[in-house]
Amino acid sequence: MTPKLVAKDVCLEYRQPRTGDRLLALDRISLSVNEGEFVSIVGPSGCGKTTFLSVVDGLLPATSGEIIVDGLRVNKPGPDRAVVFQDASLLPWRTVLRNVCYGLECIGVRAAEARERAMKFVQMVGLDGFENSYPYELSGGMQQRVNLARALVMDPKILLMDEPFAALDAQTREYMQEELLRIWEQANKTVLFITHQIDEAIFLSDRVIVFSARPGRVREHVTVDIERPRSLKLKRDPRFHALEDRIWSLIHDDALVQARS
Amino acid sequence: MQGDALQRYTPQLVGAAALLAFVSFWEAAATYKLADPMFISSPSRIASVAAEMWEDPDFWRDVKVSSTEFIWGYLAAIAVGIPLGLAIGWYKRVQYALGPFIDVLNAVPRVTFMPIMVLWFGIGIWSKFAVVFLGAVIPIILSTYAGVRTNEARYLRVAKSFGASQMKTFKSIILPGTAPYIFTGLKYASGRALLGVVVGELYAATAGVGHMIAQAGNAFETDRVFFGVLLFTFTGLVVTTILARIEKRFDRWRPEGAVR
Repeated sequence: MTPKLVAKDVCLEYRQPRTGDRLLALDRISLSVNEGEFVSIVGPSGCGKTTFLSVVDGLLPATSGEIIVDGLRVNKPGPDRAVVFQDASLLPWRTVLRNVCYGLECIGVRAAEARERAMKFVQMVGLDGFENSYPYELSGGMQQRVNLARALVMDPKILLMDEPFAALDAQTREYMQEELLRIWEQANKTVLFITHQIDEAIFLSDRVIVFSARPGRVREHVTVDIERPRSLKLKRDPRFHALEDRIWSLIHDDALVQARS
Repeated sequence: MQGDALQRYTPQLVGAAALLAFVSFWEAAATYKLADPMFISSPSRIASVAAEMWEDPDFWRDVKVSSTEFIWGYLAAIAVGIPLGLAIGWYKRVQYALGPFIDVLNAVPRVTFMPIMVLWFGIGIWSKFAVVFLGAVIPIILSTYAGVRTNEARYLRVAKSFGASQMKTFKSIILPGTAPYIFTGLKYASGRALLGVVVGELYAATAGVGHMIAQAGNAFETDRVFFGVLLFTFTGLVVTTILARIEKRFDRWRPEGAVR
């Protein structure tokens, strides 16, 4: 199978604005994601996960290396990739429906058609009846559903999810994880998912990529060989715990090394 | 039930009672000569002057002159201020070029330009128009500019990620995010515009409500002075109420009573 997304030796160097020092944020990241695969990236905070996602989206240019989608090199945002942002970042002056329409408007889809297509995804994420509500009227979980619908409606080849559930309370987060799997199975998308929560990564993914602390490097690929569909009960399965332990120690070692240095 | 209604209208009731008390005290002070009515006038005298002037074509000419100065000066300030504020916020170079001028103009009370305006434009409507415009345009520019600058980076990132064009970004992110700031500027500017009318007409004019006030003051006609003052007060209230109404239509997306 040809991979949907390939990152080849992606490096990213910042120049710190205050000191002028060069800072390596991403160090030769190479990975690939297959069509329809759900891949998560976990790592200690500050390891460059979100930065890497911005590079894949094309918001940040890589210092060297390349991002290839469907065999073509990309260097700016495009409709083949859509981001589900960390803080829902819904436009507060637009209703739910018009927020979901936003991306379609940007690529020049006519208003009536955009609404029709958007409505389908508002329903898919379980928000019918709320299409005319404003973001401030929604709970955090509902806002993330809109955020997800806004990305899905673009029918992207790859969905880039940047810790979308990080700000939710524990119950809502678990509920949203299950919901995401339901929607993912329906939408049949390739997903690159960023999180710092190990259990979330395992529960959702086919494969978990562990990043090391700054500068971000690929530390290890961990395949999650657990059948689907999955339910939250899986989180009490011994196989689940074994994977959790393994990833935890990978990250923990690294965090210790960094704390000592 | 009755208690509820009473509770609901408490602010209005207390406010009305206080106003009534003040007006009664004023009237009594004039009637019982606690102070000379020639200086303090009284509500009833003001009312009778108002009735008199209502019939007076000269008064209506004054009103027409003042409102022309106000409306055109204010509208011109809006027409220039909003686009300029947006341009300064959106294009760094425009800000570099115009920022110093605006800072300087903001630092000086614009009514001090009155003598120069009179030299340039005469004592007719045009000098007042100029002072009203100068007074109102600066706050509009500054608050519009502040609105563009405070637009949150995360919304711009959304636009960029979805590949929005410059124009689309401007219309869908910058404009709606800036609207509340623009309205703040418009409200503040309406006060500045009114000030321009008054000061302009007090300084040098042949007609207008401010001119009428100045003449009445020189002739010790305090009733007329107070009537003129009330007229300006009323105008100010009407303009801010209209603006608040319009703002509400742009503001449905904000939670009720939100402070920004």
